[in-house]
Amino acid sequence: MKLHIETTINGEPAEYLCEPHETLLSVLRNGVGLTGTKEGCSTGDCGACSVLLDGRLVPSCLVLAPEAQGRTVTTIEGLARGDRLHPLQQKFLEHAALQCGICTPGFIVAAAALLDKNPNPTETEVRYWLAGNLCRCTGYDKIIKAVLDSSAQLQKAAV
Amino acid sequence: MSERVFKYIGTRPIRHDGVDKVTGRANYGADLTLPGMLHGAVLRSPHAHARIVSIDTSAAEAVAGIKAIVTGKDFPETTAKLALGEAAIDLHDIADNVIARTKVLYGGHAVAAVAATNPDAAREALSKINVVYDVLKPVLTVDQATAPNAPILHDAMVTKGVKDAKGPTNVAARMELKRGDVEKGFAEADVVVEREYRTPTVHQGYIEPHACVARFGEDGRAVVWCSTQGPFAVRDQVAAIVGIDPALVKVIPSEIGGGFGGKIVVYLEPLAVALSRKAQRPVKMVMSRDEVFKASGPTSGTKIRVKIGAKRDGTVTAASASLYYEAGAYRGSPAGAGMACAYAPYKFPNFFIEAFDVVVNKPKVAAYRAPGSPMASFAVESTLDEIARELRLDAVDLRLKNAAAEGDHAPYGPAYGPIGVKTILDAVKNHPHWSAPLGRNQGRGLALGFWFNGGMNSSATVLLNPDGSAAVITGNPDIGGTRAAQALMVSEELGIPVERVRPIVADTDTSGMTDVTGGSRVCYATGMAVINAARDVREQLRARAAKIWDVDVESIKWEDGQAIPPPGVEKAPHPLGVADIGAKMAHTGGPIVGRASLYAPMAGPGFGAHICDLEVDPETGRTTILRYTAFQDVGKAVHPSYVEGQIQGGAAQGIGWALNEEYVYNPSGLMENAGFLDYRMPVASDLPMIETVLIEVANPLHPYGVRGVGEVPIVPPLAAVANAVRQATGIRFTELPLSPPRVLAGIEQASRQPVGVS
Repeated sequence: MKLHIETTINGEPAEYLCEPHETLLSVLRNGVGLTGTKEGCSTGDCGACSVLLDGRLVPSCLVLAPEAQGRTVTTIEGLARGDRLHPLQQKFLEHAALQCGICTPGFIVAAAALLDKNPNPTETEVRYWLAGNLCRCTGYDKIIKAVLDSSAQLQKAAV
Repeated sequence: MSERVFKYIGTRPIRHDGVDKVTGRANYGADLTLPGMLHGAVLRSPHAHARIVSIDTSAAEAVAGIKAIVTGKDFPETTAKLALGEAAIDLHDIADNVIARTKVLYGGHAVAAVAATNPDAAREALSKINVVYDVLKPVLTVDQATAPNAPILHDAMVTKGVKDAKGPTNVAARMELKRGDVEKGFAEADVVVEREYRTPTVHQGYIEPHACVARFGEDGRAVVWCSTQGPFAVRDQVAAIVGIDPALVKVIPSEIGGGFGGKIVVYLEPLAVALSRKAQRPVKMVMSRDEVFKASGPTSGTKIRVKIGAKRDGTVTAASASLYYEAGAYRGSPAGAGMACAYAPYKFPNFFIEAFDVVVNKPKVAAYRAPGSPMASFAVESTLDEIARELRLDAVDLRLKNAAAEGDHAPYGPAYGPIGVKTILDAVKNHPHWSAPLGRNQGRGLALGFWFNGGMNSSATVLLNPDGSAAVITGNPDIGGTRAAQALMVSEELGIPVERVRPIVADTDTSGMTDVTGGSRVCYATGMAVINAARDVREQLRARAAKIWDVDVESIKWEDGQAIPPPGVEKAPHPLGVADIGAKMAHTGGPIVGRASLYAPMAGPGFGAHICDLEVDPETGRTTILRYTAFQDVGKAVHPSYVEGQIQGGAAQGIGWALNEEYVYNPSGLMENAGFLDYRMPVASDLPMIETVLIEVANPLHPYGVRGVGEVPIVPPLAAVANAVRQATGIRFTELPLSPPRVLAGIEQASRQPVGVS
């Protein structure tokens, strides 16, 4: 029997039917149609499916879809504000911090969670926070620079 | 050529597909849903080596929601061959690899596939297919495969390249390369070092698993949406394996989430087409990460013996090598490429290299970034490091003494044109990294690397709009920024801003035939087609301007995006820009479309050198990379950020290969670490910033001097890391990966020996 779940996705009320064993990742991609959240491993090791659940960074492949009942989910599709990209999205573009781009949504969601918690991280803090996100193309160099630059820009904007 | 002043080439615009990719809008292989779509799944062999006695699908067919089941019997025998990537591929083997017919040759080999209305039903059906196997003993290494009375994978296999060879054998081929008199050369040497090296099976590790959707229509036409490096290659493979006319197959490439060579050969696409044909509904298939590791195409594990002799001043007098490369389940390892690459950076007067292609019960290897070169380089550059130590020579000086230069012959034959080996080594020597101080338990390693760089078929079309903007269409999926590079080339030729050029990756019905995104060829070969197509547009613009001014076309100059009339032209306006002429298209002859197609010669060879600093923790054996600098001759960097990105990414992959990555097998021949937790690829906290030094020795084969850049950077890291560990620990490790247990065991073994091991 499918379960009926009511939740909030990217600031808007949403509902879906899901199997009790279905993952949040599967429902986001196949049920709700938000395919920006990517599947790389389904074992919580690659971070491509990173989303925020009540503001907390989680791999959506390890969250059961019914667990989203009454909670708020933020995906990559929910980061831009109208026609304005999130500063991290803009900095990823400027720093060429993506090559194939499959890991990019997960990295940006994870980095957004970091900057929310720690607006002024060191390079080491960024590297360890993002150690749950795999990128095979970039060697991480430009990703780290994009996150540090975003942090600097957000600091400037806050002053 | 190198003196040419560029306006757009060498700038760093934001990539055209960037916004889609940072917002999650970009569609990758698994992102498509079609009405009525079924979910496919594959039953895979639980044995490394077995004969298939029988397959009974009757219970599976009774599962609610099951719409189609296929086994090897549903696919015709094919003997076709296909030029793919850097080799000709036997489609008989590819077909047998897609779905086993009589034998399974590795754990994970496909034996049946199902399509159902939902994934749960598909999984249930798989569990109800009854396969009876006659289990055979597997061979997992070169040594096991070549032992007397070894179990044989293919009963008809004889060794190619050996006269009067008798089968059956697991050695699919033997090749050799030689120059001069090796025995005489070794006799002249003051020092000779010989070592045997081993590298494990490793995977490309693209983050996006293989994925496709196929729809087979009532009209007999198949449409395949998939994540691939080569839509045309997929079309031809699918047609031959499923047994349909290629004219009836259309392949639409999705965005691609990494490939590194591993998304050229097909795995799922023929199964999805066959299932769709049976079910008459679209079928989606997506591999799990477990399947990607076990059933796609990693690269060869190797055993390599290298012997190098040199005079006291460092001049190498002779070198020999024996390379054994695991091919996996079917012939076709990159042993031949490894042989050609091994000594490519050097002008050794005498050498003898033999290479063996050996089948084992592991997945059939696929291309992986500079296929075959990293392992050979690991062995050669490690041995050269020992020579430098024996002779107390600087590692750069030893290599400079033997470096190949323009006019020297590559080991594989042709004379080199302008190449950057010496320029690179000089840059290494003058870089502050090379002379920076090191601390306790720290070491520094240097290694060179080489890759041929591919050419092959490319097509491009440039469409000019009346407003002076343009679109450029090619058939190469964009893995790392090639859309931006192609737009820059159109900008350079037509003088229009890069934001006004729209680069498009088209499907097999829309783009001219184009070979794969691979071989470091897109920016070079497809780039040349793009430049030629843009020049075609430019010539048409000149002709239109001639018409407008009523002058001879030859008298019109093209400068900075404008047609300049000859002196004395009164008729205003002049000069005429692209938009000016575009606006008059309709009255001067209609729309302007430029096109070009070509077969590019093998691109200018690429060389790189990497310096690695690291620290080894003697208590745990853990290695930490402290500093890393990569030097590479890139010819001409079209979009330098993405050139740097290729080098940084290649270095990171090579560091993973050196330090942690390996397929771990149990005694039954089954992979035990098929997941990202246990197959340990580098994460952000494992690496420092990777500094890049771009050296531009123009490639005379390309109008801007471009060389391929994508593959070279994975070649040097293996030995650069191993040579640094050698300095940090005093131990020469000859087997990868240099994981903490292996390094710790080496340190403990060395500490038990009374005399120093160095």
